[in-house]
Amino acid sequence: MDEFIRAGRMNSALRGLWRFIRRLSGDDAYERYLAHHAQAHPDEAALGRGEFFKREQERKWNGVRRCC
Amino acid sequence: MGESISRRMAWLLVAVTGAGAVGGIALNRGESINALWFIAAAACVYALAYRFYGAWIAARVLVLDETRATPAERLDNGRDFVPTNKWVVFGHHFAAIAGPGPLIGPTLAAQFGYLPGTLWILIGAVLGGCVQDMTIMFFSTRRDGRSLGQMARDELGPLGGAAALTGTLMIMVILIAVLGLVVVNAMKHSPWATATVAATIPIAVLVGVYMRDLRPGRVLEGSLIGLALLLFAVAGGGWIDHSETLRPLFDHEGLTLAWFVIGYGFLAAILPVWLLLAPRDYLSTFMKLGTIFLLAIAIVLLRPEIRMPALTQFIDGSGPIFGGKLFPFVFITIACGAVSGFHSLISSGTTPKLLANERDIRMIGYGGMVLESFVAIMAMIAATVLDPGVFFAINSPAGVVGKEAADAVAKISSWGFPVTVEQMQMLAREMGEKTLFARTGGAPSLAVGMASIFGSAFGDGLLALWYHFAIMFEAVFILTTLDAGTRVGRFMLQDFLGNFSPRLGQTSWYPSVLLTSAIIVAAWGYFLYIGVIDPNGGVNILWPLFGISNQMLAAIALSVATGILVKSGKLRYAWVAGVPLAWLAAVTTTAAYEKIMSADVRIGFFAAANDLAAKLAAGKLPPEKAAVAPQLIFNQQLDAWLTLFFVAVLWVVIFDMLRVCARHLQGKTVVPLSEAPHEPSRLVEDWVRD
Repeated sequence: MDEFIRAGRMNSALRGLWRFIRRLSGDDAYERYLAHHAQAHPDEAALGRGEFFKREQERKWNGVRRCC
Repeated sequence: MGESISRRMAWLLVAVTGAGAVGGIALNRGESINALWFIAAAACVYALAYRFYGAWIAARVLVLDETRATPAERLDNGRDFVPTNKWVVFGHHFAAIAGPGPLIGPTLAAQFGYLPGTLWILIGAVLGGCVQDMTIMFFSTRRDGRSLGQMARDELGPLGGAAALTGTLMIMVILIAVLGLVVVNAMKHSPWATATVAATIPIAVLVGVYMRDLRPGRVLEGSLIGLALLLFAVAGGGWIDHSETLRPLFDHEGLTLAWFVIGYGFLAAILPVWLLLAPRDYLSTFMKLGTIFLLAIAIVLLRPEIRMPALTQFIDGSGPIFGGKLFPFVFITIACGAVSGFHSLISSGTTPKLLANERDIRMIGYGGMVLESFVAIMAMIAATVLDPGVFFAINSPAGVVGKEAADAVAKISSWGFPVTVEQMQMLAREMGEKTLFARTGGAPSLAVGMASIFGSAFGDGLLALWYHFAIMFEAVFILTTLDAGTRVGRFMLQDFLGNFSPRLGQTSWYPSVLLTSAIIVAAWGYFLYIGVIDPNGGVNILWPLFGISNQMLAAIALSVATGILVKSGKLRYAWVAGVPLAWLAAVTTTAAYEKIMSADVRIGFFAAANDLAAKLAAGKLPPEKAAVAPQLIFNQQLDAWLTLFFVAVLWVVIFDMLRVCARHLQGKTVVPLSEAPHEPSRLVEDWVRD
């Protein structure tokens, strides 16, 4: 029994870490965009994955993003 | 009660350990000292500063208010304003502020010995850099995430705003030029390094196409493939180096490589970001975080001995890497690792738009700079574990120690740092390079230091691979800074030209993109070109110029912070920003004065120009030097005027700030505080977005 609980905890910790890495790297950006879009503009069509990626990169690199 | 006593005892222990480690480093003479002392001293200083000074600034000076809604919460648009988990923001903030600066600065400053640089990295960071990053982040958060330039205009007036903007544009140009020079010097006549760095371009494009078309938005997959290819490129460079037919294709003079870098910079600025800049940045960020982590582990595992003395005779200003006395040049040279004005551009405008709560500002603003400063300490360790003779042989330009290996080792040995031609040849062979003499710029010596640390910790047989891995690691994110900086410069220029011609101000109008990109690339390309043809290596001119401009920007940021503190009725706390400001003003002004007025040809720009002009007129220069002399003379004069401009901008902003403060204290009207009104936060206490 204990082992199951421990394995479960380990599992959820790993899953948390995976979520963190995806969030940090921006791997989940499209999913977050879809969620935000469905909530904020439910009547408009959402962008496709590729178009969204391209537009996000343009926006992101529109200012000072990297230092010396 | 019992718990609070044990906690106090723990902090006391940290304080005692820290004092012991710092004292050990500072007072050690003659015997070699272990690198672990540096790590211990740094860890204790950072922990104490973060726990006490950072917390005090948060609670008493800035009065962070966790019940107040941040711009990310109020203006949440799912794009740039997004309340975000603090560890994620920390990661983004650190990835943005950590660049090649804190790796190069300490390497060059090691010519004074390990002590001055190490002390300034520690003290400058906890009292200056961390405070700057944190206060600017706070003030920007209270102002809807506005940029430093906007805050300077809103809080001080149009003069301060214009100064901040021009300062930023100039520092960008100098920064890109010096970084370009570092990459060129690392690739010069090194087919292995050149092939590896060249391979990073198609790899980035491939990753870009993967992330855009093949598997849209799959950032992790794309990055992992790219990283694997980068490692393959490091090994592949070795095969090219051993191939008789391919080798000459990648074996080039500095000047040829400089033209390649200039052409590359122009292409990167006009190509869509998803194709080259964005994927390169993903790769460089992973590479940067991974390598820094690996280096920390290797240093702790290996515990290398520091070979450089605490102080060298070069504190008198006669150093071979750059001329100038300990004061002020150690501060100007370290720059980014202790206080970096550039960070204020990330701490305003970018990071505040992600903060979910004001209380995260201490960890991200103060803590982020603490980590950056630790990177600088590791760079200092990597530079000082080398034999001092080897260190000086790699970093001294041929113009100072002589072109022939025999002359160079004789000169360096005569300084009391014995080194032999055989030793240098052996080292070069181990690292897979033809020669390591006069490889200025800091990157090759850092790579040798890192390779010897990695090699000893993880297997000695792969020194050449580790060396070229380190070169690739530096080049990858230097080129990211170069791409991103050129782009930012272009936007700023378009913004400025838009005042005269609205068409030119459109960032999507292609003729304007081409024109402004060409202007920015030409501006840094000029300094890069001069740096490459300069027989003294160019780094000795460009790095101090960069340091002065960077510290000037930091002083502008601290002026804005001091001004806001005074205007908010916090005069008695204004010293928190005011003291580092006064110190930076003193350091920058002294350095600028010496660079302009000094009669020493290795320090003063005008002195060097006049000396060269006299030699040219007297016909004393060999023909190849005489051919470039007029350009070098012009450049030295230009650099002098540029330095004068930097210091003038600095004092204009300081006086503007003092004027606003004086008027406020006399009860006269000043531009009002531009803080956004208080709105209660509706995010629950331990809320996390993800």
